[in-house]
Amino acid sequence: MSKPKKEADVRFGKFGTVSFTTLTKVNDFIDHLENGKVMATHCKTCNTTFFPPRADCCHCLSSDMTWQEVSGNGKLVTYSRLKFAPMGFDGDLPYCIALLDYGDYRVFGRLDSALDDSEIRIGMPMTTVANRLPNGQLNYVFKKA
Amino acid sequence: MWDRVILFASYPGSIRELVFEGFREAVTDAGVTAKDIDASVVCSAPEYDKQRSPSGILAEYLGLNPQPTFYVETLCSSSSTGLKLAYSLVASGLHDVVAVMGFQKMSEISSAESQERMGRGADIQWESPFGTMMPAYYAMYAQAHMEKYGTRLEDLAAIRVKSATYGQINDRAVYRKPVTAEMFADPADIMAGPVASPLRVGDCCANADGSSCIIVASEEKARLFCKKPIWILGFGTASASVNLTGRDLFTGLRAAEQAAAAAYKMAGVGPGDIDVAEVHDCFTIAEMMAYENLGFAKPGEAKDLIQSRETYREGSIPVNVDGGLLSKGHPIGATGGSQIRTIVLQLRGEAGAMQVKEPEIGLVHNIGGVGIYGNVTILCNQ
Repeated sequence: MSKPKKEADVRFGKFGTVSFTTLTKVNDFIDHLENGKVMATHCKTCNTTFFPPRADCCHCLSSDMTWQEVSGNGKLVTYSRLKFAPMGFDGDLPYCIALLDYGDYRVFGRLDSALDDSEIRIGMPMTTVANRLPNGQLNYVFKKA
Repeated sequence: MWDRVILFASYPGSIRELVFEGFREAVTDAGVTAKDIDASVVCSAPEYDKQRSPSGILAEYLGLNPQPTFYVETLCSSSSTGLKLAYSLVASGLHDVVAVMGFQKMSEISSAESQERMGRGADIQWESPFGTMMPAYYAMYAQAHMEKYGTRLEDLAAIRVKSATYGQINDRAVYRKPVTAEMFADPADIMAGPVASPLRVGDCCANADGSSCIIVASEEKARLFCKKPIWILGFGTASASVNLTGRDLFTGLRAAEQAAAAAYKMAGVGPGDIDVAEVHDCFTIAEMMAYENLGFAKPGEAKDLIQSRETYREGSIPVNVDGGLLSKGHPIGATGGSQIRTIVLQLRGEAGAMQVKEPEIGLVHNIGGVGIYGNVTILCNQ
């Protein structure tokens, strides 16, 4: 009798409008997103915080990581509003991709679609908030602090 | 070193036939045959091809078996990286004559498909799910540059106007029509159409099919085969974090700065010694940042360099006087070889209508992805 096939952990397939990754050791990121939390990983050995989360530390080669919430305000470093989209993202147009600086780490993502161009200023404080997309997928967006 | 390039908006043939055209021109120009070439380096971005491992099929088609062949990929700077590999193979004494062939056939897929593939040159796990594409990443740099230095949309448009000045006289360019500042100022004009703020249609280069071929040889072989060899003075190569979260500079490309510093050091020259340059202008902001990263202008002063026309053919540092990628088109894997070709022709005095007055030292700046791979190559004619 053959062994029952272990079901693959493909939770990461839920990340973003279109995910290009299914299997990753940081799949718990998706569970945290479901619960409204955006998480970084923190290396217990050398105390480095990583965003995006990673399973392995390139500084001390440890894989002993703990989850740490992305909280407080980050500063808007730069952004761009897209009028054309790559295949699979047309339905989201127009949308803004952006980068926030939290000091110890930076976060790449999207601006809240409710934000008007006139409200956006480089350097403005913003927060990172978990978000559910119309197609049921999950991501996070940056809102005015 | 000798080289040739072929560019097409849409090439009516297969990859092997496209590469054959560049190869035939280069070996004919160099006076060598396939038998004289003892290794080949093939450069492209593989996600466009159905053919797996293109170096094998190309070595077969070009008559380069049983010599070894290598495949090199650094996105848009693949053929500059291939040139450095070829140089290393020759300098180490492993091989005497190496052909570096870059190619890309992009016209068989739609623009949206192409943006999706190019977008996957970013971090596919953490960035691509947000709907990223190359113009939007460079647009983020443009936004930061405009904010910090007061660079204006008009300054970006001035880069494209210069590019079109030379695209019109380059019979290898894909885009050969004039472009004016007024076209950017007219919201109804296609040039002013928004793509990813603040970049507009006219700020972006077009996809193209193309192939390039560079023949790299030891000094002994070069003097034997070639009447006007061009010499490699220096290389600089660097890499940077793919994900923007790993970067600390958004008004320039750190990998370009680092590659430039290394190339100048190896060549024993500085920015003031460069007589003619080819820079990676996939977007107008990319050429702006190149002026600063290469030391042609201080940080924030690239706009003054273009507005004073110092980068035109008659200026103090002519840049992209073949029309650049904005006019020639950007066949990813072939692009670096195309830039090398322009500098080789310039240093030989064979650039025709595009010729700069008696240049001796030329520079090529070729970037892979959005500043992931920085490549700077310095060439001279004596």
